[in-house]
Amino acid sequence: MAEVYLNGKFVGEVDDSAGYIGKLRDERRKGIMPSSINFYLDKKSGRIEVESSRGRARRPLIIVREGKPLLTDRHIKQLEKNEISWSDLVKEGIIEYLDASEEENALVAFFEQDLTHEHSHLEITPLNMLGYCTALVPYGNFNQSTRLNAGSKNQKQALGIYASNYAVRMDMDVNLLHYAQVPIVETIMHEITEYGKHPAGQNIVVAVMSYKGYNMEDAIIINKGSIDRGFGRSTYYRPSVAEELRYSGGLMDEVSIPDKDVKGYRSEKDYRYLEDDGIIYPESKVAEGDVIIGKTSPPRFLSSMEEYNLASSTRRESSVTMKHGEKGVVDFVMLTENEEGNKLIQVRLRDQRIPEVGDKFTSRHGQKGVVGLIVPEADMPFSASGIKPDLIFSPHGIPSRMTMAHLIELVGGKVGALSGRLINGTTFDAEPEDKLRQELKELGFRENGVETFYNGETGEQFDSQIFVGNMYYLKLKHLVANKLHSRARGPIQLLTRQPTEGRAKEGGLRLGEMEKDTFVAHGASLLLKERFDSDRTIVPVCEGCGTIAIRDEYKEKTYCPICGENTEVSNVEISYAFKLILDEFKSLGLYPQMKLKSKY
Amino acid sequence: MESSIKEYEGKLPKKVLNDIRAQAANLPQAKLKKVLELALGEYKKALVCAGESVGLISAESIGEPGTQMTLNTFHFAGVAEMNVTMGLPRIIEILDGMKDINTPMMEIYLKKPYSQGKGIRELALALKETLLGEVASEFSLNLVDMTIDIALDKEKIKDIGMTGTQISTAISKQVKSVTIKDNKEAIAIKMKGKDDSLNDLYKLKEKLKDVHLKGVKGITQVLPVRRGEEYIIITAGSNMNDVLQLDDADVFRTTTNNIFEIEKVLGIEAARQAIINEVYKVIESQGLNVDMRHIMLVADTMCTSGTVKGITRYGVVSEKSSVLARASFETPIKHILNAAMLGEIDELNSVVENVMINQPIPIGTGMPRLVTKIGAGSKK
Repeated sequence: MAEVYLNGKFVGEVDDSAGYIGKLRDERRKGIMPSSINFYLDKKSGRIEVESSRGRARRPLIIVREGKPLLTDRHIKQLEKNEISWSDLVKEGIIEYLDASEEENALVAFFEQDLTHEHSHLEITPLNMLGYCTALVPYGNFNQSTRLNAGSKNQKQALGIYASNYAVRMDMDVNLLHYAQVPIVETIMHEITEYGKHPAGQNIVVAVMSYKGYNMEDAIIINKGSIDRGFGRSTYYRPSVAEELRYSGGLMDEVSIPDKDVKGYRSEKDYRYLEDDGIIYPESKVAEGDVIIGKTSPPRFLSSMEEYNLASSTRRESSVTMKHGEKGVVDFVMLTENEEGNKLIQVRLRDQRIPEVGDKFTSRHGQKGVVGLIVPEADMPFSASGIKPDLIFSPHGIPSRMTMAHLIELVGGKVGALSGRLINGTTFDAEPEDKLRQELKELGFRENGVETFYNGETGEQFDSQIFVGNMYYLKLKHLVANKLHSRARGPIQLLTRQPTEGRAKEGGLRLGEMEKDTFVAHGASLLLKERFDSDRTIVPVCEGCGTIAIRDEYKEKTYCPICGENTEVSNVEISYAFKLILDEFKSLGLYPQMKLKSKY
Repeated sequence: MESSIKEYEGKLPKKVLNDIRAQAANLPQAKLKKVLELALGEYKKALVCAGESVGLISAESIGEPGTQMTLNTFHFAGVAEMNVTMGLPRIIEILDGMKDINTPMMEIYLKKPYSQGKGIRELALALKETLLGEVASEFSLNLVDMTIDIALDKEKIKDIGMTGTQISTAISKQVKSVTIKDNKEAIAIKMKGKDDSLNDLYKLKEKLKDVHLKGVKGITQVLPVRRGEEYIIITAGSNMNDVLQLDDADVFRTTTNNIFEIEKVLGIEAARQAIINEVYKVIESQGLNVDMRHIMLVADTMCTSGTVKGITRYGVVSEKSSVLARASFETPIKHILNAAMLGEIDELNSVVENVMINQPIPIGTGMPRLVTKIGAGSKK
């Protein structure tokens, strides 16, 4: 007797569990039972587990009977002619979905030629084990698995043409690659996903060599000429949004060029691009501080007096402006309404992003790197046939990462570019390397892909030969132009008077606890004090009671809130944060005193 | 000659003077003088300057390599599950001054016949603690007579070389107010007096399981190993006091990794050395390189009060005189409120406080001060 469980609950017992589960599976394949049920037999105890619950990950496999797959050439022909579909195969019991537990009872063959009588299933394709993005890595079976993960992750960050209707979309933070191409070394997944409709990279000539140390630690060298010809150029789009909000009392925002008497009026120059409707006109070149959408809001708090006197002078300015460090061209202006029926204005800005030092690029094998140097085309190394690489990749990135597919793609790309065809690099099902080498030889090149190279500056021949070929390279969305940040003086926080944090707020770079420790370790006491002077304040302290006194600049008098005017008051330099904590102590009912004495 | 060396007493450390005494004994007076002078010069050069932030440098020097340490425990090959806490968890254990360490361990060095490996197995097994629960095959409650019947495992008793009578005497010594009936393979135990509740009987049963029969208390496992030329016993579980009283133990070299036991048995100086040894052992085992003096400084701070104190808010940190310094470590509200109640005064003498109020810290360039004496003419 063996127990039977349905979704983890005991439902009964059977005598012959092996025979019973066979019957169950047959009925599912015949379509009597739904195909979404899975059966698991624990061979030790004979226990049967039937699962029909939701949320199980399942995958399709071809059923094998007596060493022969049920999927025949006839089916494939029918499929090609569109006479039958995938779901027909599932209904007919040719393909079935297994979950993790039923998989334990199955013996799955990778390829048809591996099939024996013991096998119960055949893999539809070994590519099945990879996700969409991972399947886009060519020759993936030659890479270490971690590199495949990195490679697929990188591809998700690549710039390309993300949607064909981008011109009428108002997406946040969008990059478009200017001359996106389909890879020369492609996989079947490129075909399936119609990659040509949303490509995300470019085919370029890559040389594997070092260059004056500018490509160490994963950096890459880019040919200035290639950039001029369009390599890696992209456009960055960012919308600015303004809404005419309604407030209580029938008041509302107004999109218009603000009047001069509005509270917080900028300068006339800042509003110069606005048209009469208060919205900027397309193709105007804007920079930091320029107003994009002019807007005024009603005053925040209305005293009873003012409620009767709604003069425009009390309105405050709330325009949308260009933030610190931003520049661009107004690309597109759109006027609509939002769900509540409020007027909604969206203005899309565009800015060109030409590759510069610090931009991130990657191949499809997790070999990412930032641009270390942009070399004038005249100084680039060149091959005997006069080819100058678009990009120089450091050979030190190869041995430890073992991305053999990176090298194979290089050869494959070279063959494809020279013979004018696409190379199939599908994982587990690619054109073999031997064939590529053979073809390369027939094309008049060395079969291993190396070529004689010359120093671009001196014209001398390099001692060693350089491995060159064509590769598909991706520009990743991490661009320096969006990240570069520095500050000397700038905005401070209201509460602590310390510098703000983050690039968006033009913040300072924090000198943290551990950084502070390094100054202490060096004994650089006065330098440390200077670094922490950002919130330095001078407070008058009453020597009588030890509290912070009050300085009345108007009367030119200093007095203590406790002791009055007849007391000694001295100025003391402390950090504002400390003054703040003393105030917080006071609010707790504690009485912190500062007892002053001469330093010397 | 002796006289000129005497002159340098107090200026040079004793060890240096002794070295000079030994090596430069036959030098003429003038040359000896020069040697001493040079030695003094070198010694002064090697001294740490005033105002050097030694504590922070120690902290950084131990902390930085500490980030690379693995969280592994180290397993002894062979012998069932003997492992030792190593790496960061062990460092935390030591520096926090934790009383109950995860894997207490002893290294017992032995006297002559045993240190050659003779009879070491038997000695080791004799050390291992055996409890009644381990040799009994069954504890059954007899509810009619309100007794506990203990069935003994014959083979296990044979293994430890005890008889039933010996066991029952051990029980009678350690568990009071019970009557014991010994019928060879089983022992019946009855509680004396009162109407005993079933609950009490249960409690008694649990107590009986922990009756100590043999060996050193706390030693749960033993492992004789070869260490260089001799044999020693490594144990899991530690009991410094009892082990040192064994006749066969070499009391000068036997150690434990429990610092508090060392402090109790051998004193604070030994505990200081134990802290240094234990921390160094971990750092060495991780293949890191930290100067011994940094560890010594840490051990010193932990031991200066006379007892071992951990570097926690209850230990070393609670000892700081500055309120602000204590508050900046952990539980600030507690410290501030207490300080307010006591009316504590912060003299602002140390680093943290001065960083807080943005004043020069009294270290390095913040130490020297320029004072101008204003002449009698201008004032007074």
